[in-house]
Amino acid sequence: MRPVRAHPLRRFILRRLALGVLTLFLVSVLVFAATEALPGNAARAVLGRNATPAALASLETKLHLDRPVWVQYELWLGGVLSGRPGRSLVNGEKVLAQVAPRIRNSAVLLTLAGLFGVPLALLAGIVAATRRDGAFDASVSTIALALAALPEFVVGIFLVILLATTVIHWLPPVSLVPPGTSVLARPRILVLPVLTLMLVIFPYIFRMMRGSMAEILESDYIEMARLKGLGQRRLVMLHALPNAIAPVIQVIALTFAYLAGGVVLVEYVFAYPGIGQGLVEAIFARDIPVIQFDVVVLAGFYVSLNIVADLLAVLATPRLRTAG
Amino acid sequence: MTGTSPGNAVLEAVDLSVAIVGTTITVVEPTSFSLAPGEILGLVGESGSGKTTLGLALLAHHRRGLRLSGGRVLIRGQDLLRIPPDQLPARRRGLIRYVPQNPGTALNPGLRIGTQLAECFATPPANGNDHLLALLEDVKLPPTPALLRAYPHQLSGGQQQRVAIAMAFAERPPVIVMDEPTTGLDVTTQAHVLQTVRQLCARHAVAALYVSHDLAVVATLAHRVAVMYAGRVVELGPTGRVLHQPAHPYTRALIEAVPDLDRRTAVAGIAGQAPEPARRPAGCAFAPRCALALDACRAEPPALAAIDTDHLVACLRPTSGRSAPAPPSSSPVPGASALPALEVRNISARHGATVVLHGASFSVSPQTCVALVGESGSGKTTLGQIIAGLHHDWDGDILLGGAPLAHRSAQRSAAQRCHIQYIFQNPYSSFNPRRRIGESIAMAVRAFESPSASDLRRRVAEALDMVALPREAASRYPHQLSGGQRQRAAIARALITGPKLLICDEITSALDVSVQAVIVRLLARLQQEHGLSLLFITHNLALVRSIAQHVLVMHGGRIIESEPVDQVLDAPQQSQTRRLLADAPRFSAAPVTLGVGDG
Amino acid sequence: MSRLARWWPNTATGTIGAILVLLVVAIALVGPFVAPHSPTSFVGASFAPPTAAYPLGTDALGRDVLSRVLWGGYRILGLAGIATALGVLTGAVIGVIAGYVGGLIDEIVMRLVDVAMAFPQIILVLLFISIIGAKLWLLTVMVAAVHAPQVARVARAATLRVAREDFVRFAEAIGTPFRRIVARELLPNIVAPLMVECGLRFAYSISLIAGLNFLGFGVQPPAADWGLMINENRIGLMGNPWPVLAPVLLIAVLTIGMNLLTDTLARTELGHGIETGPVTTNATPDIPEPERS
Repeated sequence: MRPVRAHPLRRFILRRLALGVLTLFLVSVLVFAATEALPGNAARAVLGRNATPAALASLETKLHLDRPVWVQYELWLGGVLSGRPGRSLVNGEKVLAQVAPRIRNSAVLLTLAGLFGVPLALLAGIVAATRRDGAFDASVSTIALALAALPEFVVGIFLVILLATTVIHWLPPVSLVPPGTSVLARPRILVLPVLTLMLVIFPYIFRMMRGSMAEILESDYIEMARLKGLGQRRLVMLHALPNAIAPVIQVIALTFAYLAGGVVLVEYVFAYPGIGQGLVEAIFARDIPVIQFDVVVLAGFYVSLNIVADLLAVLATPRLRTAG
Repeated sequence: MTGTSPGNAVLEAVDLSVAIVGTTITVVEPTSFSLAPGEILGLVGESGSGKTTLGLALLAHHRRGLRLSGGRVLIRGQDLLRIPPDQLPARRRGLIRYVPQNPGTALNPGLRIGTQLAECFATPPANGNDHLLALLEDVKLPPTPALLRAYPHQLSGGQQQRVAIAMAFAERPPVIVMDEPTTGLDVTTQAHVLQTVRQLCARHAVAALYVSHDLAVVATLAHRVAVMYAGRVVELGPTGRVLHQPAHPYTRALIEAVPDLDRRTAVAGIAGQAPEPARRPAGCAFAPRCALALDACRAEPPALAAIDTDHLVACLRPTSGRSAPAPPSSSPVPGASALPALEVRNISARHGATVVLHGASFSVSPQTCVALVGESGSGKTTLGQIIAGLHHDWDGDILLGGAPLAHRSAQRSAAQRCHIQYIFQNPYSSFNPRRRIGESIAMAVRAFESPSASDLRRRVAEALDMVALPREAASRYPHQLSGGQRQRAAIARALITGPKLLICDEITSALDVSVQAVIVRLLARLQQEHGLSLLFITHNLALVRSIAQHVLVMHGGRIIESEPVDQVLDAPQQSQTRRLLADAPRFSAAPVTLGVGDG
Repeated sequence: MSRLARWWPNTATGTIGAILVLLVVAIALVGPFVAPHSPTSFVGASFAPPTAAYPLGTDALGRDVLSRVLWGGYRILGLAGIATALGVLTGAVIGVIAGYVGGLIDEIVMRLVDVAMAFPQIILVLLFISIIGAKLWLLTVMVAAVHAPQVARVARAATLRVAREDFVRFAEAIGTPFRRIVARELLPNIVAPLMVECGLRFAYSISLIAGLNFLGFGVQPPAADWGLMINENRIGLMGNPWPVLAPVLLIAVLTIGMNLLTDTLARTELGHGIETGPVTTNATPDIPEPERS
């Protein structure tokens, strides 16, 4: 129909990356506008209503609030991009030094949840689809429906009541870590937060895998392959799975992107020393440089994973991959 | 009782039946027939007759929601229905194969053609790719490694269908079931694919069940024909006998409903519609629509019985020969000096950046029907939409009764909008599903005038009378009507405003042939009664003789031929028209005789 | 009565969902009138276990848990309701106009929606709260703003599907005015997906608002609120689990019920949308549908 243009795939990737950079730029503008450019807010928000004019003036100078808005933005963005986002207003520590270990801790949490949670959900989805409407399918689908409905923190609290405080007392209800210690040195404190995140991501990945697989198994070409005499294993693994997995890969990436918000609540439930809990603490303390940096990091993670999701979806579909 | 002697048969189906899961409602009633080596049996029926279901049942297979409820399928002495489910795939593959209706969805989009072909062999062929290339050559595809590396979406529809056929023939199975494999292909591609199928079956002595709704296709291909109605085979015999001396009233009516290029008579439809499986009557399912039905017909379904060697029919009153043919649509010749009802001058149009029409000009005389014929993509629908004001990106002039028309319908005068009415191809999409049919028809009136409620009700009822719909249809929702009834309602909606020009865009292509014939007859009658001008857009050249007086042939966005009907059909001037006519499947194709394994 | 019966779900799952939702809504709305004590008065020691006088015991500050539970639901329901209505309405209007008008307007609106959806939602809400402060109106507006782009996307997709149908083209051909096409041809045919969207959005509003209250950025002490109560009383789980367990259960029952109801709605209502019949003769497999009762 349409004339085929050169390298449609490369065009698509470049376009998507450009859109991502634009989004990140808008994120930074929004973060900056919300926290600094609103008149008087930043300094007053920090010092409170009864601040002396002298103290206000001094803080305004420190935060460059006496400069024009675009200069402030330039200084701030330059700092963030060069890895020097300034110092905490609360304890004077370098923001990066304070946030970096938290990012590492959150990464550990997400990685473990993905490592255990994703294969579990995929496997459950495939089994449920191949035995559609059977006992396994019916029960796991119902559980997934309930899990998808529950807010993340409610899942976390349930697990605490069940495994830590009230029903059985196996695990610590909070994930306290002495400063300077790696979370990996205390695997017991990781169990509940990881389990919570696994349950949070399970329903989305499971339902997508099940739905996609069930739809493909109903398709004409699977019927054809079945009539050709192929065995069930080859049918599911070679004919159905590669076609069924494409939309699921995208959903996996999107689910993790969604966790950029989800970790805030889950980490707060367990007082887990990650970036999400750090953000909540910074908001309570009105520590603006930390808030800015945390939000930019989390938004950057979200935007990047969205791009990855789109690219994976294309690469996993031969029709799109080989277009042109 | 099955036509060919069982001793010689490669496949024998005995009392094969299919039912809906959890019920005793049968979709396919107990059916028996046999196939000789190399024989092609055409299984013909309209939608809902159960022909695809019967075809799949030969493979001991069924769609979700159905079950095989009885009978035997014997191939080389093995009963497919008795093979345990876990062994079925492995044992079936050497006995019977399947070619699906839509190759676009039947090839795995994620696997290369070569991989999918290689899988067709139980053990990988020794000489690897050479074997696969030979398969491609068999079905007249270029035998290149590049094609083996291609993904299905990189092939055309015709090429995809050839791959599907190659897959079925790969291991030279004794039997193949083909489910309308040429539906959706244009006539030229269809002709080539049919030729390939015929040659492969003959060369490798493969017996085939060819399922189709298209009698003409079956006429060019099959040795024998089985006609299905409401889950039963009602007639079975040699192709020439069944098509030229049909014995069952349904077969006869069906043949008369099929437009045929070589017949100079108009198509005739069958009143009423086929019953759904749950509503089939106790007796012969065709009795309610049959003029010859007796009380005995309604008591119990007649069994399939021989009326001649190899010719079986399930009817208490089998007849022979066709009934008196209906006359062709008479041609009221308008006064030569009359101002054209519609004049189209030098129209060029674009879809985005693509030019789809290159300077098309024609005119429609008052009270005549002009057929606009062409393959898909020839620009015929765009031309119709331009005249109706639904496609806006065009240059040129359109005059309605001498007055120029604006590009968009919204810019045209109310009288102009009222005088041109458009009927859409798909009756399932042309009515708002949330509104009653009567309200939808009334809406057309309200757009141009504001009549009183009682006046409006009366006019809607009259419009329904005109198209022979019961007046109760006004209070029904669209999903409560059949496709044919909806298309009647669409005609009523178009006529209620008193138009001068009716544009019909492929209005019968979504309907079964027997319903198509009824609609075409209705339209021809209304055209004459109301003195309408008609622009009848269709891809089906054979249908033209039943309705139009003048034909425009379109090709690649140009009108390449504009002549009276008989002139175009009997003495076409352009090579493209000649090719269209030559490739169209015909009824009167010389009856195919069985060369291999006959007797 | 018959209208009510028409809306009552006709499947087991839907019925269970409706009962669960109605149960929690009843507790939240009737609760304040039947609560035995003031939600803010101190009646005993902290984290006292249940007794006859205080069936769910007391909380961290020695207040009656039952009374606080009965008082703690109406705000969250009200806020979620307003946020959902605001978000769905805004999104639907944007989506329908973008979908039907098309062209440049559609392109611009959908790019803006893309950008809006590229922000992690709860982070966005937290950002504004960190500056403007924990205000309930801000919470409501922000949650609505989170919904609007997603609803716009759904409404646009549904509109595009309907706008392609021939009955819309027929209405255009006879010169039906724009407003009437939107109101009479388009809207009635996208009500079903919008209803489903309402259900999904309401459940998500509850999650989001409960979560923000749990973090302490919504309803402020000493007011009773389910989300807030969970946070206030977590430290006393060993002593009296009820001030945490009761609100957690109520939120869980409400969101699960809402999801069951929406799921049923999606299955039944969306099935009655536009039928697309065969376009070419006999393109559909000729398997008859089992008869509907």
